[in-house]
Parts: sequence; structure tokens; C-alpha cells
Amino acid sequence: MELLTEVRWTPYAVGIGIGILSWFSFLISREPISCSTSFARASGGIERLFRGKKVELKPYYQEIKLVVGWQGMLVLGIIIGSLISALLSGDFHWQWVPSLWASAFGNSPVLRVIIALIGGVFLGFGARWAGGCTSGHGISGTLQLAVSSWISAICFFIGGILMTQFLFKVIA
Amino acid sequence: MQTKESDRSPLIWGLIFGILFGFFLQKGGATKYDVIIGQLLLSDFTVLKIMLSAVLTGMIGIYLMKTLGWIKLNLKSGSMGSNIIGGLIFGVGFAVLGYCPGTIAGAIGNGYLDALVGGLAGILIGTGIFAALYPRLKTGILKKGDFGNLTLPQLFKVNDWVVVVPVAVLICLLLIWLERFGL
Repeated sequence: MELLTEVRWTPYAVGIGIGILSWFSFLISREPISCSTSFARASGGIERLFRGKKVELKPYYQEIKLVVGWQGMLVLGIIIGSLISALLSGDFHWQWVPSLWASAFGNSPVLRVIIALIGGVFLGFGARWAGGCTSGHGISGTLQLAVSSWISAICFFIGGILMTQFLFKVIA
Repeated sequence: MQTKESDRSPLIWGLIFGILFGFFLQKGGATKYDVIIGQLLLSDFTVLKIMLSAVLTGMIGIYLMKTLGWIKLNLKSGSMGSNIIGGLIFGVGFAVLGYCPGTIAGAIGNGYLDALVGGLAGILIGTGIFAALYPRLKTGILKKGDFGNLTLPQLFKVNDWVVVVPVAVLICLLLIWLERFGL
């Protein structure tokens, strides 16, 4: 039981755990672990609350369907699983500004939230453009040796590393 | 493209797999901005180590089960215009936000309010903009260099294991090399 209350496991233990999880996800649900479609569905669902049923007719929502689905439950589960892990190890805390961000850009929660929002717009837009994210392409797609996923995952890191260098070495 | 067979599979399993995935991500530190940005700054290789060991473990098991006929692959089709440009845009967002769609859910569970108030709202806006532009992108840029559903073994026209074994060896060597250099 002590294992469950530890703050950190080695990245290898975590990675092997996620790999084994992917076996069962394929065996039981015939589905790879992936996340970003659910955010697009949530976005369409929120828009539907304000603008009504006609939102469902948008071609993109015709393709992905505005339902909660298996993957929506997966994303909900991630929040719960992370919360359980953090509570068990005493690693849960409310935080507006991460320390690495604060060391480069200061302690302002407002600035951090605005930049996080802008980053989120690019992330959500890019994930749908590429057809997947760090889990769907980066883990589940690469482990199936999908060409689309290897190209995407490499581009995630090229874009990410270059932009981080720019933010932390040029702007900060 | 996105019609998911899984939407008929019991939702409870999605929740169970999600709880385990979130638990692992938090235990690995991948729900934290500092760890993710540390990886993109190339000063902390935790994220890459998690991803590579997950891919190594997952790949061997998935291809073993595929060879035995227990499962079928579930691939995303792709194109150069979609995967390269989308991947680079995603990368920019990854760096600016410091979380990705999976880890942001974990970050919210961890109590990180920049993820909940800023990042989540941004992702919902970004996917909404994509849905609005989709009719114009669909037959143009997203189809440039289309290669469909393709695996590396199919691309090279070889048996699956001719790719699985060398990729497994390369991942092991890369992980050993990272440890040897103390990264």
C-alpha cells in the first residue's frame, strides 16, 4: 500500500503501466487511449446549449458526433484518477502559477491564465488539425506503428521545443 | 475519420481506464507544468521516458495480440498537410500552455487552476474554431499528401516484426543513453 502513497514513481514504472493499460483497452474496448476528440465534442455541446440543435449540422460535428462516448468517460476518469493519486500522496494543492513559469514570467495569475488560454486555443486547434494529441498520436498511435502518428508526434516535439526555447530564452 | 466503434463499448470501461491513466500520469509527474516544460527545455526527460516505455510495452503486447488474431489495430488515417502542420501548431500550443489534452485533465485533478480556468477554456475555443473552419480545410490542406491508414510495416512492405523488433531495440538504446548521460 505504501506504493500508492508515494509522490512519484519512476517514469519507467509509469510508462510500463500505461503500456499494459493500452493492451487491456484494445482487448476489452477495442479502442486506443486518446483524448482530444472529447474536447471538440464538449466544445460543440456547449455551443449547442446556446445556439440549439442546428450546431449538430456542422460537418465536423456530423463526423465526430456530439455524444459523451467512451473517450469522454476516459477524460473524466483521468481527472478522478489524478485527484485520487494526488490526495493519497498529499501532492494535491490549489495552484494558479507553476513555479517554472513564475521564475521566468512572474507571479501574476492573470498573466498566466491569459497565456494558458492562448496556448489552449493553439493546442485544441492543432490537435484537431493533426487528428490527435500526445496520447492518441503520441502514445497509442506510435505504439501501433501508425505513419500518421509518428509524423505527428515528431512535429509535436519540434514545434514544442522551438516555441519553448523562444519563450524561455528570447522573451523571458 | 472519427466514427468510433468504441462509442458502443461499455462506457464504464472508459471511466475505469481513465482513472488508471490519470493515476499513472500523476504518479509520473506528467500532470505538472514544470515537468512538461522541463522536457521541452530538454532539461528533464521524464515525459519522454514515460512515453517511450509506454510505446515499448504497448507495441510488443499489441503486435503479439495482433499476430495471435486477438485484436485489430485501430489507426488514425493521415496526410502530410494534416499531421505536419497540425503537429507543429499543436507543438506551439503545447509549449505556451504547458499541458496537453490528456495531461490537462490530470492537472485539473491535481488542483492546477491555470489548467482549469485558462487552458481548458482555450482548448474548447480552439476546437470550436477548427469545427467552424473544417468545411474549408477538409478537401484542401488536410488532404495534401494523403496516405490514409498506413503502418510502418505496410509502408516498408515487410512483416510486422521486422519493424517491431528494431524499434524496440532503438527505444531501449535511447533510454540507456539518456540514463548514461544522467538526463
